[in-house]
Amino acid sequence: MAKNSLYIVIVGCGRLGSYLANHLSGVGHSVVVIEKDEANFDNLSPDFSGFRLGADATHLEVLKQAKLDKADVFVATTREDNVNLMVAQVARKVFFVSIVLARVFDPKREQIYTQLGIRTICPTSVAAELFLQAIKDADNTHKAGKK
Amino acid sequence: MKILIIGSGKTLYFLCRNFTSAGYDVVIINRNRRECQNLAKELKAKVVYGDGSDVKVLMEAGAMGADVVLAITPHDQDNLIICQLAAIQFSVPRTVALANDPDNVEIFEQLGVRTFSTTLIIGSLIEQRASLEQIINLLPIGGGRVNVTEILLDDESPVVGKHLKNIALPENVLIAVLIRNGQPIIPGGATQLRAGDRIVLVTLPANHGPALKAITGKKG
Repeated sequence: MAKNSLYIVIVGCGRLGSYLANHLSGVGHSVVVIEKDEANFDNLSPDFSGFRLGADATHLEVLKQAKLDKADVFVATTREDNVNLMVAQVARKVFFVSIVLARVFDPKREQIYTQLGIRTICPTSVAAELFLQAIKDADNTHKAGKK
Repeated sequence: MKILIIGSGKTLYFLCRNFTSAGYDVVIINRNRRECQNLAKELKAKVVYGDGSDVKVLMEAGAMGADVVLAITPHDQDNLIICQLAAIQFSVPRTVALANDPDNVEIFEQLGVRTFSTTLIIGSLIEQRASLEQIINLLPIGGGRVNVTEILLDDESPVVGKHLKNIALPENVLIAVLIRNGQPIIPGGATQLRAGDRIVLVTLPANHGPALKAITGKKG
């Protein structure tokens, strides 16, 4: 294992969670994935070398079992904003994980939790910005073409 | 006083009924359209259909002017987020969350949200009542660090007939109030206890048992 290997806990093994888990495990980090619905572990690639924990991350016992006190990075990617925001806060303020990220779909909630010290990533805002940039770029190219 | 309650089921219904009959201004947020219709029909409360952890729904329910927000849904994560949104976004002075999982009481308190667990309250109530029939009510407060107990004195109680100043109680025990013939009395040293009095006892868990024994004559 690489010297700068991180211990990373990921909650949720849907499209986003499994993608992150496969990638991070692939580059040599030590990864634990917590997922309530064990069928979703099928999203992990055959090469995934981390741990699978089939349990509900909103229960404190489960986070203890995942050894959150030892984690360098915690990422919450479930479909439910409130689950992500709750477990992210617990990771930050109870287990003192230094890097905590949460996916939050609702941009209004995102702002509030940034204030509380939780780094959130909102797919809606990110996609919107990319779309706007793409439109601007396309427009510039279009104008340049006209000249 | 304006109370905003987010939840469902019988607990929500009876809580709201008590609050409205006490004259409070009650607003309910509920996620089930049918239940909303029934609640609106049966209660004198404003009912808002939607997700209580959605800023827009909270706004529509008038969270901005609410004095208290009670989040009692079956999902702990929703209760936590509702209370945090209410406090941060809408400056609601008092928010209280229900923790369905008793483990979450301590965690949510650590995250800055006042939290209670019905499991813990009912559990200790049943435990105490089962062991001593004189106990009418028991309420753990301060996160379980203090107990408030309501006790009915019967003829067999060793403190009946005694003046308060002559009763030997363990340390850190207070007889805060007594209720006689339905009238509350703040007792002093000269107050004489009678059979039929209900006393409200404040104890710390360490001396709760000895205090009960001193008052009822039975082991708690």
